[in-house]
Amino acid sequence: MSFKPVILWTDALTLILVFISFVMIWYVRNNVHLLASWKRVARSVSGMCAFTVLLTFLIIGLLDTLHFRPALDHQNSQGKIVYSAEVLSVLDLLVGPLRTHVEKTYSAPFATHLYTKETVDLHDGSQIRTFARLKFGGTHLQDPQTEYLSDIGWRIAAGFGIGFLLWIMLHIILCQLIARHTKWSFAQSFHIIWQRRTDIPWHAILITLAIITVTISVTSMLAAHYHVLGTDKVGQDVLYLSLKSIRIALVIGTLTTLIMLPFALLLGITAGYFHGWIDDVIQYIYTTLNSIPNVLLIAATVLMMQVYIETHSEIFETTAARADIRLLFLCIILGITSWTSLCRLLRGETLKLREMEYIQAAHAFGVSHWRIISRHILPNVMYIVLIATVMDFSGLVLAEAVLSYVGVGVDPSMISFGTMINAARMEMAREPMVWWALLAAFAFMFTLVLSANLFADAVQKALDPRIKTHDARNAHDIATDDHPHLVTTDKTVTTQSSTPPLSLPHSPFTNKPPRQP
Amino acid sequence: MSALLKIENLQTILHTDNKPVRAVDNISFKINSGETFALLGESGCGKSMTALSVMRLLPDAGEILSGSIKLNGNDVLQLPEIEMRRIRGKLISMIFQEPMLSLNPVLTIADQINEVLKQHLKLEYSTAKERIKELLEQVGIPDASKRMHEYPFQFSGGMKQRAMIAMALAGQPELLIADEPTTALDVTIQAQVLSLLRQIQQQNNMAILLITHDLGVVNEMAKHVAVMYAGEIIEQTTHKHFFSHPAHPYSQQLFASLPGKQKRHHKLTVIGGTVPSLTQKFIGCRFAERCPQAFARCHNNVPEWHTIADGHIVRCHLYDSTAEHTLKTQLAETSQKPIAASEKPISDSPLLQVTDLKVHFPVHKGLFKRTVGHVKAVDGISLNIYKGKTLALVGESGCGKTTVGKSMLQLIEPTAGSVRYDGRELIGMHRSQLRPMRSQLQFVFQDPYSSLNPRMRIIDIIQEGIIALDIKTSALDVRSTSLESMVDILLDCVALPSDAKWRYPHEFSGGQRQRIAIARALAVNPKLLICDEPTSALDVSVQAQILNLLSTLQNDLGLAFLFITHNISVVEYLADDIAVMYLGRIVEYGRIDEVIENPKHPYTQALLSAVPKIDNSAAAIIKLKGELPSPTSPPAGCHFHPRCPHAMPICNESYPKASMISETHITHCYLYSQENASNQHEH
Repeated sequence: MSFKPVILWTDALTLILVFISFVMIWYVRNNVHLLASWKRVARSVSGMCAFTVLLTFLIIGLLDTLHFRPALDHQNSQGKIVYSAEVLSVLDLLVGPLRTHVEKTYSAPFATHLYTKETVDLHDGSQIRTFARLKFGGTHLQDPQTEYLSDIGWRIAAGFGIGFLLWIMLHIILCQLIARHTKWSFAQSFHIIWQRRTDIPWHAILITLAIITVTISVTSMLAAHYHVLGTDKVGQDVLYLSLKSIRIALVIGTLTTLIMLPFALLLGITAGYFHGWIDDVIQYIYTTLNSIPNVLLIAATVLMMQVYIETHSEIFETTAARADIRLLFLCIILGITSWTSLCRLLRGETLKLREMEYIQAAHAFGVSHWRIISRHILPNVMYIVLIATVMDFSGLVLAEAVLSYVGVGVDPSMISFGTMINAARMEMAREPMVWWALLAAFAFMFTLVLSANLFADAVQKALDPRIKTHDARNAHDIATDDHPHLVTTDKTVTTQSSTPPLSLPHSPFTNKPPRQP
Repeated sequence: MSALLKIENLQTILHTDNKPVRAVDNISFKINSGETFALLGESGCGKSMTALSVMRLLPDAGEILSGSIKLNGNDVLQLPEIEMRRIRGKLISMIFQEPMLSLNPVLTIADQINEVLKQHLKLEYSTAKERIKELLEQVGIPDASKRMHEYPFQFSGGMKQRAMIAMALAGQPELLIADEPTTALDVTIQAQVLSLLRQIQQQNNMAILLITHDLGVVNEMAKHVAVMYAGEIIEQTTHKHFFSHPAHPYSQQLFASLPGKQKRHHKLTVIGGTVPSLTQKFIGCRFAERCPQAFARCHNNVPEWHTIADGHIVRCHLYDSTAEHTLKTQLAETSQKPIAASEKPISDSPLLQVTDLKVHFPVHKGLFKRTVGHVKAVDGISLNIYKGKTLALVGESGCGKTTVGKSMLQLIEPTAGSVRYDGRELIGMHRSQLRPMRSQLQFVFQDPYSSLNPRMRIIDIIQEGIIALDIKTSALDVRSTSLESMVDILLDCVALPSDAKWRYPHEFSGGQRQRIAIARALAVNPKLLICDEPTSALDVSVQAQILNLLSTLQNDLGLAFLFITHNISVVEYLADDIAVMYLGRIVEYGRIDEVIENPKHPYTQALLSAVPKIDNSAAAIIKLKGELPSPTSPPAGCHFHPRCPHAMPICNESYPKASMISETHITHCYLYSQENASNQHEH
């Protein structure tokens, strides 16, 4: 065995999360009415495009989660294999050259020369100050001046071609799968996809996939010989940094949310539902917590934890393990400090809901408090939770950047969008400006957050039974059958939207406003 | 007389996501100056859209496709927006249904009226102030010079609607569009506002376009009536013709579906189906699907206007003289067969006995939430409900009737008194002790839109009580074992198909939702159903369905009802006993016939007289001064004396004791002898 798998704390949690999501998918598949609402997610064009992009990010993140330590060539005195102290991930293997091609310092995207002048020894012994050639970027070019553009051009063309071929393969596989799943022939399923007659918007997914595959293949064609997004201060490839940052962003976004959610849900709903002194106590807790500046609280906790790590260095085998435990604690601390706003929102919504008549009806049936909360209140506040968590997701990634600036963010050895932005920040004042690190970080974050937002939007719409797509509406018309002893009555009015426009501004048949004495 | 407003072939559509909705489809009518024209119809018929088209205030999705709206001969549809602004408020103004929502809460009443004056009359500030005071006095707001500088929240519901009318009158319009002006108000306030409108109309010679669903209001106000159905006017006539001989089957059915005393123990006529979707193109009569007299031609040809009397036109094939069809003069009587009026056994011991129930809500103030007073929502009421009987609890909004219902179920904790069900005291029972009692008493809520959880399927909603209370068998069918078959039976019982259980509440109309709510309550085999205004949010024809359902259930299952309502005609139709509530106390209690025929308490008399009737038999309306006082500080003595036309000096000294009018008829009033007052009703 030439490697030793390493499971870091966050890796374990991530894998557990993946496992839980598979269990949930299995559960939904076996539950007809849950499946029906998730099928509505699958029908949303923007939602599915966003999901495809999000899935790409998730795959990159997951590849980066599988960590191992490669074996070294030499063996120790007992003849045992010695493993490298450096922890690598599967992603590092896949993008191999990106990790190892380290320049001296800054170089612009696609550059063949360094960004700064330095003194170079010539063959004849004399020295000149010039932009030195890069060690890896564009080294295959004899004369960058003349070959440069044509080289990049054909590499892009080749990358485009390969990407397109790859996409066609994916397309064929998809058509085969659809053809097997339904009873259409291969050609039929091809036609039906492109005539947009499928329930799931396969055409949109395929177009998104085409963009993704072409981008990946063009990038990988170029990345073999150039630094597509340039290099940073110590010469590391920015593309590599960005790819590595995805995992950290996902971990911070999801773990923090998962830590924060129980606090927010439990405390917010109990405060709103039970009212009285429970409400007072919970309100005091979160108001107090809110009144402490978050950064200070986090800084204090991180420093305390850092001291612990320093004094117990024997627990951690590698630097990666140390950095990882720091990341985990950062997530926990961010989670504990950031539940207050969601908690307040949930409390307000629950206060409103607990006065609803269906809650009172449940009380009239003697339904227990716990059951009322879980069956009546929780589903009705879920939309707030979904929106708030997705909004928080980007906020948390940015919070990490702020904390890195203060010096209490992730471990300096760890690559994250926060550290990237923080490093780039200092170079913005430089002349000529180093812009690519910042741009790369923002471009990646923007795509990630936007796709997460769009997907959450689609989920929220589809899971709300009140919002329905047009075709679903038609399929659901009730045919009222006549009843022997009671005269049957009105047909269904399927959506809210189909009635109110005619009765502005309020239903004119409300004889009495619902007023509480 | 030339027409003030003349609408010809108006077509308004609403653009929605899929197909355009033809909200107003080819309607024509005219209003002469100084007369009241009523536009009558159920919700979703396009009445409000017609009004908004006239004002050119359609929502963004709305578009007027064709037609003309001529105001004094000028087509308002041709005018540019800037001209239109000169017309709105000056020539035409509008009052809306909900006075709470149509006034800006952060501006004083004077500011809001001044806005109209500034726009149209450009008055000096002092003259404007004079004018505002004049307007407010005209609509009967006392102490106008002081109150004009108050904010809307300082006005009560009726006062806000008066202020709204004052604002509408500020520009001295020639046409006032009143969109359900009294729907949100109580009957006594409604009577005040309607008479105010009539009085102002006479003074200013103003035309009123009255939009309403209430036949009673039409009867009191209108000179001309147009019945709207599915975006179209189907009958247009004078007041006299309409109320003596409604011609269109729809109009006839609207009358027939009104509940009332003479229809007791009879099923109400129900208009089957709903208003058709307005997205479709109609090839026949729009009402054909629901019409009991429809024949082949109704489904294939669009009916033309037929004149059946002078100024009485109707869109119905039945009146086509060329048709071979013989005109049935009356509705099919089959639907009106009496419900087997089983002689209800009178048991001596009441099923539910409420004695001296009080619910006081503390008013907290300050940092430490000190209790500074109490809202006496319910202040010592006593009721008896017998098995298989219906007790109606009647009163205006804010008098505490809903609180009575909820505190009986212990949904609101009562402050004092006793509620005994079958001899067992419910007050003070622990939540767990109360659970077995829960299945005996159930509640049907007022608003079917908020009483069903939007995220639960019907099956889960109905099962909830069965699971929570561990009900094993259904009273409707003893053999049913599985939960699902119990739900099917319950749905069947409220006339819904069994596949409805897989749907979510929003897929149902208001009437269907209310029936689901009834099925949910029935699921646990209750003996007593407390219905809190179960029909007030529904259309008249749908109300008839619910009332039919309730009376059938009472006959079949022997349920007792406590019917909380403000609708007197429903009470007359359904109730056996009636309790009239005023400001937390019962002022009159008795058999339905005794109270309705011979009301003793001045408040009951006023309340009954204020109900708009569709026949003109009623005596003059007894107008009440002012409005319901706040239950935080009820008036001393008899609560009603500040508004009572018969108030005597003794009335503001102490609360009157019960006076026995007969064995079963009790009232609290000094007009009647206090000697034989029973001891149990003292306060």
